[in-house]
Amino acid sequence: MLSTLNQPQKAALQTKTEELSGSEIVLRALIAEGVETIFGYPGGAIMPIYDALYDYNDQLKHILVRHEQGAIHAAQGFARISGKCGVVFATSGPGATNLVTGLADAQIDSTPVVCITGQVFAHLLGTDAFQETDVINITTPITKWNYQVTDASEIAEVLAKAFYIAKSGRPGPVVIDITKNAQIQKVPFSGYQPCNHIRSYRPKPIVRKEYIQEAAKLINEAERPFVIFGQGVILGQAENEFLKFIEKGGLPAAWTIMGMSAIPTDHPLGVGMLGMHGNYGPNLLTNECDVLIAVGMRFDDRVTGRLDKYAKQAKVIHLDIDPAEIDKNVKATVPVWGDCKETLPLLTELIEQKTYSTWLQKFEDCKLKEQQKVVVPELNPTSDIMTMGEVIRVLNELTEGNAAIVTDVGQHQMVACRYANMNQSKSNITSGGLGTMGFALPAAIGAKFGAPDRTVVAVIGDGGFQMTLQELGTIMQFKPAVKILILNNCFLGMVRQWQQLFHERRYSFVDITSPDFVQVAKGYYIEGARISKREELKDAVKKMLDHDGSYLLEVMVGKENNVFPMVPQGRGVAEIVLGADEV
Amino acid sequence: MSKQEYTITVYTENQIGLLARIAIMFSRRKINIESLNTSSSEVESVHRFTIVIHETEEVVRKLCRQIEKQVEVLKAYYNTDDEIVWQEVALYKVPTDEIAEKVKVERLLRENGARAVLIRKDYTIFETSGHRDETDKLITVLEPYGLIEFVRSARVAIIKNSEGFHKKLRDFELREPGEEVVENEYLGDQEHVFSM
Ligand SMILES: Cc1ncc(C[n+]2csc(CCOP(=O)(O)OP(=O)(O)O)c2C)c(N)n1
Repeated sequence: MLSTLNQPQKAALQTKTEELSGSEIVLRALIAEGVETIFGYPGGAIMPIYDALYDYNDQLKHILVRHEQGAIHAAQGFARISGKCGVVFATSGPGATNLVTGLADAQIDSTPVVCITGQVFAHLLGTDAFQETDVINITTPITKWNYQVTDASEIAEVLAKAFYIAKSGRPGPVVIDITKNAQIQKVPFSGYQPCNHIRSYRPKPIVRKEYIQEAAKLINEAERPFVIFGQGVILGQAENEFLKFIEKGGLPAAWTIMGMSAIPTDHPLGVGMLGMHGNYGPNLLTNECDVLIAVGMRFDDRVTGRLDKYAKQAKVIHLDIDPAEIDKNVKATVPVWGDCKETLPLLTELIEQKTYSTWLQKFEDCKLKEQQKVVVPELNPTSDIMTMGEVIRVLNELTEGNAAIVTDVGQHQMVACRYANMNQSKSNITSGGLGTMGFALPAAIGAKFGAPDRTVVAVIGDGGFQMTLQELGTIMQFKPAVKILILNNCFLGMVRQWQQLFHERRYSFVDITSPDFVQVAKGYYIEGARISKREELKDAVKKMLDHDGSYLLEVMVGKENNVFPMVPQGRGVAEIVLGADEV
Repeated sequence: MSKQEYTITVYTENQIGLLARIAIMFSRRKINIESLNTSSSEVESVHRFTIVIHETEEVVRKLCRQIEKQVEVLKAYYNTDDEIVWQEVALYKVPTDEIAEKVKVERLLRENGARAVLIRKDYTIFETSGHRDETDKLITVLEPYGLIEFVRSARVAIIKNSEGFHKKLRDFELREPGEEVVENEYLGDQEHVFSM
């Protein structure tokens, strides 16, 4: 174990007793946890920690963002691409409340993030002191755990717990609120003890063999088995175990938006994406399979559509690490509680080697239908107007599926996730559960710090970009080579699509105007270009990718294009439509 | 599935903020808490919540799982009324002269199992405990005699089939807990004590 630690980690773990300030203990704890990058923004109540940081600059890289929402989204992007825990510093009051959206996002998408917020002096708590907010109560529903520290002697132990809780089991965000007196106070410190057990906390349920056997029996007897998987496969680092499972069983598998990239998108058994704008086959055939095997996914309503019309014919096997997910939305015939890294190999061992050619053919047939009606016109349009899909096609051609793609929220997100090719895990970074516009730019910054060797492309709408574009300042200052690809349809596209389809084209406040994005980027010393002709597309994307450093490319796309297929809200998955004429 | 009264017993660490964390699990789902009591338990350092709600079994089961998911929660049980013994305490303030004058009141109080906890010249405070209908009945009884004030406590309950928490806690302390701790409700028959 010790041999896997880096030098500063080892130093921080050694046990010589010293008098240290709470602030310094915070930094020692971070180093001991292997943290290298912090995203943050200073302020009055966290000044002692920033003061201590001044002396730790060589061991901890601090990225000064332009808004605390940017800090937490960056930490999320960092965590999602690296599998490590993201770390955030923010001050009390407005600094802390600016984290709220990101915390909610990390909570619903199970992203490990530890946020350290400064708080007013303990004796001022509850007095409406300057920049005092009740951070603990504000963040309680949107954190896996939170805790307020008022005494420096608690800091080491509390941070150890924070990292353990954030990373283990089903991961999630943790807020540690530290009063200013505790940051200043000096206490004896004799090394950092990582936490690996909390008596009231069970990160993983015990694996019950009898359920694995039952699950295997169901799979072996199935004629039309269908696997649907989510981010649990990625969070559990069970990509290989998952591949072995579907490959041995010959099982067709579809991903949720959060599960995307856990297997290569071109895998022969990968039949596409589930959900409201997912692929035709996976949605339609959910209601034709006889055994539905859900792995590390939570049956979100965007995946299931109307629950009373969801997979009613199927026996359901549900593998999940979180017992509260079993039966929450869809009743499981066989629940397989546990970490899928452990349960999948056990299951693989018991299933028979099989292929289901007629069943797989059904997916092929559906794919063909979707190709003709949706995919071909989207990727290779015949009109002069550019589509979002063809931009993603060109991106695929140039990156060969090796880029990590960070998407914002809206039509471009659905299009990117529908068409992007991904060869390796942790390549799809998107705000799935919360659908947070403004996520992509800061998350891409964090992702680049989390995986400096990877190409990171942020695909963003003209609306969402304007929500967090201040983070261009962070790019300017710290120079992560983030490629920014704005797909500009001059509309809040996804909302406009709904208004067109479900509100008789009453376009209410969706025509959003934009500044000259290229000029804005230029103001931040970031190079860029805008194109509106197909002839320029390939060269422009190539230039963006080849450019040494960050680059912004704005592509003007069709204003009123729609994303299809679609499972309209309130309908069943089998009622998926391929075009506006069917809505 | 029809709604009925369930008593939820939650064993927790004693930590500030946990009450809010648990309370919002109900309010978020628009579930009214009919009664909520927090107290210590037979185990030092382990806290115990007793919560009464009127809901379907399915909702209560899911809720208990969400509660148990909270880091500081050790265990959450839910039970119907016939699986528990429960009591509520009620206090009644009545003018002393009324009682002194009317012997009948004295008798009524005794019949209802009430006892005086404070007797002053101006008023007397009676206490009784029992089920809701019992403590309610005494209100009606006392109203004609000028009931000045009434208050009732939250429900406290003990699960008939429970062996307490001492043994369980030992399991929780272990790194590799036994099946007791990580009980799987799907395994075998549901016992009398429903647990997660
Ligand atoms: C913070 C936030 N506010 C509002 C929404 C609702 N919303 C979802 S998609 C969308 C439109 C996004 O427009 P744009 O960024 O231009 O992307 P497009 O859909 O055009 O690709 C809106 C407003 C949201 N998801 N997040």
